[in-house]
Amino acid sequence: MSSITGRSAIDELPGGDGRPPLEADRASTGRLGDRIFGGLATGSGIFVIALVTLVGVFLIAQAVPSLMNNNVNFLTSREWEPAGAEPRFGIVDLLWATVTTSLIAMVIAVPLGVAVALFITQYAPTWLSKPAAALVDLLAAVPSIVYGFWGLQVAGQYFEPVAKGVDSVLGWLPFFDYTGTPSAKSTLAFAGVILAIMILPIITAISREVFNQVPTAHKEAALALGATKWEMIRTAVLPFGKPGIISAAMLGLGRALGETLAVTILLSGLNASDAFRSTIFNGGATFASKIALAANEFDSAQKTGAYIAAGLVLFILTFIVNAAARVVIDRRKAFTE
Amino acid sequence: MAKRIDVKDLDIYYGDFKAVEGVSLTVEPRSVTAFIGPSGCGKSTVLRTLNRMHEVIPGGRVEGKVALDDQDLYASSMDPVAVRRTVGMVFQRPNPFPTMSIRDNVAAGLKLNGVKNKKRLDEVVEASLKGANLWNEVKDRLDKPGAGLSGGQQQRLCIARAIAVEPQVLLMDEPCSALDPISTLAIEDLINDLKSQYTIVIVTHNMQQAARVSDQTAFFNLKATGQPGRLVEVDDTQRIFSNPSEKATEDYISGRFG
Ligand SMILES: Nc1ncnc2c1ncn2[C@@H]1O[C@H](COP(=O)(O)OP(=O)(O)OP(=O)(O)O)[C@@H](O)[C@H]1O
Ligand SMILES: [Mg+2]
Repeated sequence: MSSITGRSAIDELPGGDGRPPLEADRASTGRLGDRIFGGLATGSGIFVIALVTLVGVFLIAQAVPSLMNNNVNFLTSREWEPAGAEPRFGIVDLLWATVTTSLIAMVIAVPLGVAVALFITQYAPTWLSKPAAALVDLLAAVPSIVYGFWGLQVAGQYFEPVAKGVDSVLGWLPFFDYTGTPSAKSTLAFAGVILAIMILPIITAISREVFNQVPTAHKEAALALGATKWEMIRTAVLPFGKPGIISAAMLGLGRALGETLAVTILLSGLNASDAFRSTIFNGGATFASKIALAANEFDSAQKTGAYIAAGLVLFILTFIVNAAARVVIDRRKAFTE
Repeated sequence: MAKRIDVKDLDIYYGDFKAVEGVSLTVEPRSVTAFIGPSGCGKSTVLRTLNRMHEVIPGGRVEGKVALDDQDLYASSMDPVAVRRTVGMVFQRPNPFPTMSIRDNVAAGLKLNGVKNKKRLDEVVEASLKGANLWNEVKDRLDKPGAGLSGGQQQRLCIARAIAVEPQVLLMDEPCSALDPISTLAIEDLINDLKSQYTIVIVTHNMQQAARVSDQTAFFNLKATGQPGRLVEVDDTQRIFSNPSEKATEDYISGRFG
């Protein structure tokens, strides 16, 4: 803490043989630089906190009047008629679609990303690991609109047999019931698959980074005990990388929750009058895609407020996810030191 | 269960670089052999070939023969994983698994061997920690992280972890170089105790330590910089320190070079 003041106790103490106290050397310890840098860092911190608070206050201020006019329960209704004198809007369908697509993406992308990262860092020969890593990184450079179109025009047709296969094996669970409408490529499940491809690079890149940092000493400790390669990975690499994997997953989840374009292109909409179906092979709209679709019709404060309220829920959802990840990572701190 | 090690005409390479040349030596069961010599002469390299840990380093390979009793360690049918279960290793810097508790650290090797029985694991953990002279200091905090111990305690934890799997040979690469004199003595005492059960090879830069703990001493040296390291002489420790047959050994031991 005293580094901000730039003076430490040693400056005050006289030298052992009665010489005057040591003079601070500006160049070597950068007392002035310290102060400037400390100020900058503190300033940036305050700025970010202020910005987040402002955004939050703005959203709440816009959302509250609309919520007051709402004629149904915002948290439990499936309707979405935010305009007019008698607005009725709720988030159940949006929340369901958002959580479902993101979860599907996570279930696919986290194990796959970790596996790819393990392959690149632990198994691949040196000549292969660099190009393989670059290739995965390249996936991150593809714009999301391209993923949307590619999914709809190219990959989507191959998802039909997948959906049928899942239905024939697991269809007795309401969760995996596929009726054929909407077609497989317009379902939450397929949107989740595309999201998985989109978040794969970030999960792989971060996992790769932490796996590369596993100290050789830990890996050798495991190997010297007679661990096979896979056992070494389980005893040394994965435990060391766990906080990193969690961070990677959370960043991926953040992207999946907020992804707009690709999801908007893929998902087919639902009628609120249709009965709710808890299957991943259904259409729908996520928070982000719903807001995006309505972006050019924010003509009244009432309507805008309703969408902002939905956006606020997404904000809170992302916040909870991040906070949960923090807790998990911190709980393990004692053991990673 | 302790085994005899026979090394014959061993050359060791890192890629194209020949690090060590023409090493031949025998280590008797239930004895302590010390490797001494100047930095970079290949002591660690030779030590690691005794349990095939050098293969972990990209490009590491050997020519020649290493046998454990009559088993050729480098026979094509020999699995390096099996070798390492027989020949345990303690490293220069204590390296307990940071995410594991003290108990799990010691039990790690057994768990790799598929031992699940909790009672048996607890027994072995206690026996190994006692064997490593650490039990009294940690018995009340077995569930605390191993990384939270002092350096000397961590090193003894690593020794406990290595002996928990009951190896037949124990290799130690400068196990005391990061420790204070008291922890060093504790580990030397431990080596003396372990000698009754294990064949031990220890690398050390500390002449007194070599003289104190070992029965046999091997002196390694470089012919010249850039040349491969070689074994200058190996003999009873007493003889090496009182009346070595090579001039280089005497110079090194009396501190005249290296
Ligand atoms: N991972 C490696 N890759 C390439 N060369 C290596 C590697 N490790 C060691 N060497 C080389 O092998 C030779 C012997 O090294 P080694 O580590 O065995 O020496 P040492 O006797 O253990 O030295 P010290 O007393 O400093 O530990 C040195 O020339 C060193 O540069
Ligand atoms: Mg060494």
